[in-house]
Amino acid sequence: MELDSLYQEVILDHYKYPLNKGLSENYGAQVHHVNPSCGDEITLNVTAEDGLIKRITWDGVGCSISQASVSIASDLLLDKTFEQADRLVSEFTELMQSKGTKPGDPEILEDAVALAGVSKFPARIKCALLGWMAFKDAAVRINTTTQGDQQ
Amino acid sequence: MPLDVANLRKDFPIFERTIRDGKKLIYLDSGATSQKPFSVIEAEADFYKFKNAAVHRGAHQLAEEATDAFEDARLKVARFIGGHEDQIVFTKGATESLNLIAYAMGNAAPGNRFALTAQDQIVVTEMEHHANLIPWQQLAARTGAQLSWFEVDSDGRLDLSNINSVITENTKVVALTHQSNVLGTINPLDAIVARAHEVGAVVVLDACQSAPHMPIDVQALGVDFLVFSGHKALGPTGVGVLWSWLLNELPPFLYGGSMIETVTMTTATWAPAPRRFEAGVPNMAQAVGLGAALDYLSDIGMHEVHNHEIALTEYLLQKLSQVSELNVVGPKTMDARGGSVSFTVGDIHPHDLGQFLDSQGIAVRTGHHCAWPLTRKLGVPATTRASLYLYNDESDCDALFDAILGAQKYFA
Repeated sequence: MELDSLYQEVILDHYKYPLNKGLSENYGAQVHHVNPSCGDEITLNVTAEDGLIKRITWDGVGCSISQASVSIASDLLLDKTFEQADRLVSEFTELMQSKGTKPGDPEILEDAVALAGVSKFPARIKCALLGWMAFKDAAVRINTTTQGDQQ
Repeated sequence: MPLDVANLRKDFPIFERTIRDGKKLIYLDSGATSQKPFSVIEAEADFYKFKNAAVHRGAHQLAEEATDAFEDARLKVARFIGGHEDQIVFTKGATESLNLIAYAMGNAAPGNRFALTAQDQIVVTEMEHHANLIPWQQLAARTGAQLSWFEVDSDGRLDLSNINSVITENTKVVALTHQSNVLGTINPLDAIVARAHEVGAVVVLDACQSAPHMPIDVQALGVDFLVFSGHKALGPTGVGVLWSWLLNELPPFLYGGSMIETVTMTTATWAPAPRRFEAGVPNMAQAVGLGAALDYLSDIGMHEVHNHEIALTEYLLQKLSQVSELNVVGPKTMDARGGSVSFTVGDIHPHDLGQFLDSQGIAVRTGHHCAWPLTRKLGVPATTRASLYLYNDESDCDALFDAILGAQKYFA
């Protein structure tokens, strides 16, 4: 069933047992993003140290795709430089916009390749990107305001 | 007489196609937009093929025929809701109709009955679609008027216990929906209309979810403004209706050609309604298509349409009550309720449920249904909504039931 390409086991696992869910008390930047067409919401905290992303925590409500995707991102982007993280976000965004023509590179995107099937369901791409766009926004804020210092 | 749904579906070409690799289309999203019968599609195409010209201008036969077709559509709308054709304005949709009323009131000069000040009050309800909330929020912000509202109780009904303190001597406008697009609740209008008129306020009724589904008589309802959209009533997109008996007291909203009486380099005066509110070359083919849609509905009979939907909604509610962990958000009985049924199913997020249903050929709406304050009040981030129309039958409800059970297994 085509539906199985959307709801891979990995995704449902992340949905049921999300990583880094629960907001940290301190953070370098906090952002709140919503998907106004469906009401999904996410708050995301990012903390950096010496140019490396040291902690990503989040909380939110949403469908399995949006929740699993932010769970995956919050793990994949850890211990990366902002430059590396930016490349990963671009790589993932490209995968989401591939209309099912790309499998995604598991060496680079790890668990996030499980979301490749989302690209065949245009209405769900925004769900998958919600957490990644929130991270991108947080990264910009850290780099323009606090240089990653904790608040 | 019960509707012959199987036969009637043959009038709708979209039911000939299949969904997701050959599955039968189960369309349960008419609350968002309805499907179109051949007669509507043909009426719109025929206007372009045989009559196309700008209405109300031009000294030629085509312009005459186009004007006749357009004005004939206006007459059909008037008859459909029991109004006079001079009281019918064609807009591009119900959203524009509501914005037109709010903006026109905002344009009212001091002394005009619609002029609002900081002393005045606008009343809405918690169950409004964004289209009948935000124009009033913004009008309140522009004029300093205060926005107040009726609350919704846990059954999805309006709490009218405090009606006399919500609608006060300062209330100028009461805007509310006839039937909730989320809950299916049909609102009791008599008390609200009586109280509004007692204090000299006008009542604006959003009939988007009622006019396509039940007989409407503006005289009997007693409201002052009524709006609905064409595309939810088997008609084309791009056409909506505004009815009011007070149009000639309302200043214009959009200025331009056709809506004037005289123009100089520095001044202009306005044509009488409805022309005053139809600046520019109007959506002629769409209005004509809407006329054909209302003909189609009238031929079947709006009582028949309504009775069919009521019986079907009762069947659907009864089926859904058999699903474990399924919670209907809104009235669970048929008392004053129509065919929009919103629900949640355990921990399955509505988007995921909607995706599973789609894999079975079933089209539903998921999310907050453009009524975010309502879903927030009801404590659900989102719901799944099945909305019924004349082309649905019990087999559609059965398919939904089976697919929900399938989703529960899939996401277990």
